[in-house]
Amino acid sequence: MIYAMLIYTDHAADAQASPEQQQAIMGAYYGFTNEVKEKNLYKAGEALHPTTAATTVRVRDGKTMTTDGPFAETKEQLGGFYLLDCKDLDEAIEYAAKIPGASHGSVEVRPIVIW
Amino acid sequence: MASLIRLSGSFDLAEEALQDAFILALRAWTEAGVPDNPAAWITTAARRKLIDAARRERTRREKHPALRYESAAWQDPDTSFEAEFSPDMPDDRLRLIFTCCHPALHIEAQIALTLRTLGGLTTAEIARSFLLPESTLAQRLVRAKNKIRDARIPYEVPSGGRLAERLSAVQAVIYLIFNEGYTASSGSGLIRGDLCSEAIRLARLLCELMPEESESRGLLALLLLQDSRRAARVNREGELITVEEQDRSLWNRAEVDEALGLLAQPAGREPKAPGRYELEARIAAVHARAATPAETDWRAIARLYEELSWFIPSAVVALNQAVAVAMSDGFETGLALMDRIGELDGYYLYHSARADLLRRLGRNPEAAAAYQRALALVTNPVERAYLTRRLEAVQAVP
Repeated sequence: MIYAMLIYTDHAADAQASPEQQQAIMGAYYGFTNEVKEKNLYKAGEALHPTTAATTVRVRDGKTMTTDGPFAETKEQLGGFYLLDCKDLDEAIEYAAKIPGASHGSVEVRPIVIW
Repeated sequence: MASLIRLSGSFDLAEEALQDAFILALRAWTEAGVPDNPAAWITTAARRKLIDAARRERTRREKHPALRYESAAWQDPDTSFEAEFSPDMPDDRLRLIFTCCHPALHIEAQIALTLRTLGGLTTAEIARSFLLPESTLAQRLVRAKNKIRDARIPYEVPSGGRLAERLSAVQAVIYLIFNEGYTASSGSGLIRGDLCSEAIRLARLLCELMPEESESRGLLALLLLQDSRRAARVNREGELITVEEQDRSLWNRAEVDEALGLLAQPAGREPKAPGRYELEARIAAVHARAATPAETDWRAIARLYEELSWFIPSAVVALNQAVAVAMSDGFETGLALMDRIGELDGYYLYHSARADLLRRLGRNPEAAAAYQRALALVTNPVERAYLTRRLEAVQAVP
């Protein structure tokens, strides 16, 4: 089953990280991505630009409305995701816990609907 | 039931198949009489129902590929049945316990699911035990089953490093079920016996299935010892009676003996330090061994609470330790220890324990004030009645 691993972190805090810390986080993600690729679990994975680059689009009464940034002013925001092919939820949780963002933010594990 | 769930990969399908099998049995047995082994008859019939359902499902799936996602957790019973089937394999029940108590499910759902699938309670009975409308509980069960299917929570005994953590989750669920029965947080009766019996049955099952885990034995012993006092714990008026004041002849000897036997069992091949349930059971066992309150080995209890405080560095454990010290080394010493515990001001048992020591020391006005603090915090009507009685007694002799 394919699980989406949605990585939520505090973007304001992320921006405060020193270059060394950022380097370390990048390295950790690189290591994780390699591990899941080697184990044939990896389907996709992307990092997102921070919410400062986001635009929210809504269509109401046929009119397109755009707003700057995400709608919700929550502390943690979606910052990236993986799609991993895991045998069950236990395996998915095991890998979600290895995602570097899980140690300072949170990872939401959502099974993908197969049509 | 556990076998059927494993084979079909679905709680709903297994339940349906079992129900169908009972209907079949009703018809067949009235005509031909009850077979020699009714349980095996039912399981076989349910198994056939599952195979039929699987065939129907396959046909449907071929016709409607768009609906395939509904049966993502489906396993083909035709192939797995003959090879693995044996009715009520203990392995199946063990797997199921871990599924029902999976931490990805809400704790309330874990409890409901465990009682429904491994306990002997119907949805209506569980709803009654938790004072919930049956529809609420039914919905809770449906949501949990859907999550098991959609998120693919596995039917397996967790391996290696995960086992210890998940086993304590299972033990915690059983303990919660017992406590809900033993100290009902709402409702007028203090004890709901059916939940206590179910918890004991589940703890016993866990011991049978994983005999090498001494902490499960500790849990079973603890539940048995607490349950053994069930009849002595409340008087005819429904009022709470403390361990000291209980009529010990009402204690259930069979349960006490079984618990003491469990605690006397030698540790397994790889002995572990006693966990929290075992330590709590050993504390309860000290009380159980004393024929009269005066014979209680409070020093042993104080020592066990100290050991327990390494596991659970909580103020509540410190409070109990202080009570034991008060009983063995003097009320003054115990009270001094108790006064050092700061963070329990919002906990009624802290104030009632303090009140109790002050009363024994003859400091009645202070005791009255402490009982009043406890009364302001207590929610259980039975315990409230007990505290009111105490308060009136100390107020009568200022």
